[in-house]
Amino acid sequence: MLGEAEPQWLSEEVKTGTTIIAIEFNGGVVLGSDSRVSAGESVVNRVMNKLSPLHDKIYCALSGSAADAQTIAEMVNYQLDVHSMEIGEDPQVRSAATLVKNISYKYKEELSAHLIVAGWDRKEGGQVFATLKGLLTRQPFAVGGSGSSYVYGFVDAEYRKGMGKKECQQFVINTLSLAMNRDGSSGGVAYLVTIDEHGTEENVILGNDLPTFFDQ
Amino acid sequence: EYVSSKTINKVIQVHDRIFCCMAGSLADAQAVIKTAKFQLSFHSVQMEDPPLVIAAASVLKDLCYKNKEELQAGFITAGWDKKKGPQVYVVSLGGMLISQPVTLGGSGSTFIYGYVDAKYKPNMTREECLQFATNALALAMGRDNVSGGVAHLVVITEKGVEHVVVPGDKLPRFHDE
Repeated sequence: MLGEAEPQWLSEEVKTGTTIIAIEFNGGVVLGSDSRVSAGESVVNRVMNKLSPLHDKIYCALSGSAADAQTIAEMVNYQLDVHSMEIGEDPQVRSAATLVKNISYKYKEELSAHLIVAGWDRKEGGQVFATLKGLLTRQPFAVGGSGSSYVYGFVDAEYRKGMGKKECQQFVINTLSLAMNRDGSSGGVAYLVTIDEHGTEENVILGNDLPTFFDQ
Repeated sequence: EYVSSKTINKVIQVHDRIFCCMAGSLADAQAVIKTAKFQLSFHSVQMEDPPLVIAAASVLKDLCYKNKEELQAGFITAGWDKKKGPQVYVVSLGGMLISQPVTLGGSGSTFIYGYVDAKYKPNMTREECLQFATNALALAMGRDNVSGGVAHLVVITEKGVEHVVVPGDKLPRFHDE
């Protein structure tokens, strides 16, 4: 064979196409993500956990360019460690979100990643912050990534204030499942992280355990 | 983006019990529908019977497929006929024709795929269906900046056709409004 072209995935940027979601409930937060990482049309990792710890009770959800998102998460993890040693106690979720926002805003031309920061602290309880393009805003829930477009209608219709922990977990699983079914860049398994004052719980829901809908 | 009208009706009647929803370039869509309406009424005279819904959809499909380079229009054709009862067909941009129980189109549709997948169930009643469609439109109009204004719905049954128009302020509201 003469001059075989190199496979596409060697020259394409690696993106976490993604669907990510974080939602606040009374007493904590639930974060969810899919597990697909694509480079062009190839899936280069089908089981990546996009929920990255920034501190014991603060996690972030990664989307966009995989390298950019991971780097921001690692930098903020370090900065938060230093900060929490300086103040002598666990950091606030808002502090973590501000650190992420500072990097996203300062390097907004070079970076293309969106991180959703969520966690629990003693002062304000469960909180979710969106940091898209360097904005910092606290929201009751946030969705992000390419798959999020398909589920805006669903989350707008189904979100209710004052949902409990189990309801929130189910809401996140349903939303991820719907988005993974429609978005080519989202798929694989669903990762869930639930954070409240008692601790942090990580879960995986495998493909065949995800909810199915009328046309499956 | 300039909004030239907030009350355009994008649901056009092509025969007694067959309607088409336009999407894409409305100029192209209008031109195609006009041609299709004529061809369909001629076809129905020749057959001495009201046309089948799939006939209407096929006419649109032929026009979209043969002129795919010049046109930028997609359609949802829905209606009732004697042979198969109620049907929904979608003709996509390049001229593919498929039948689906429920289908969405247009720029706002991306936002409600999740909602439709979750909430649609087969064999709903007429009221449930109307509520489902109205909710879906309201959600899409709430998120898509180029969708909005008035919601036009048409209910087609063996017995007849009913237009339902819901102005923006009467649409269902969701948690963030």
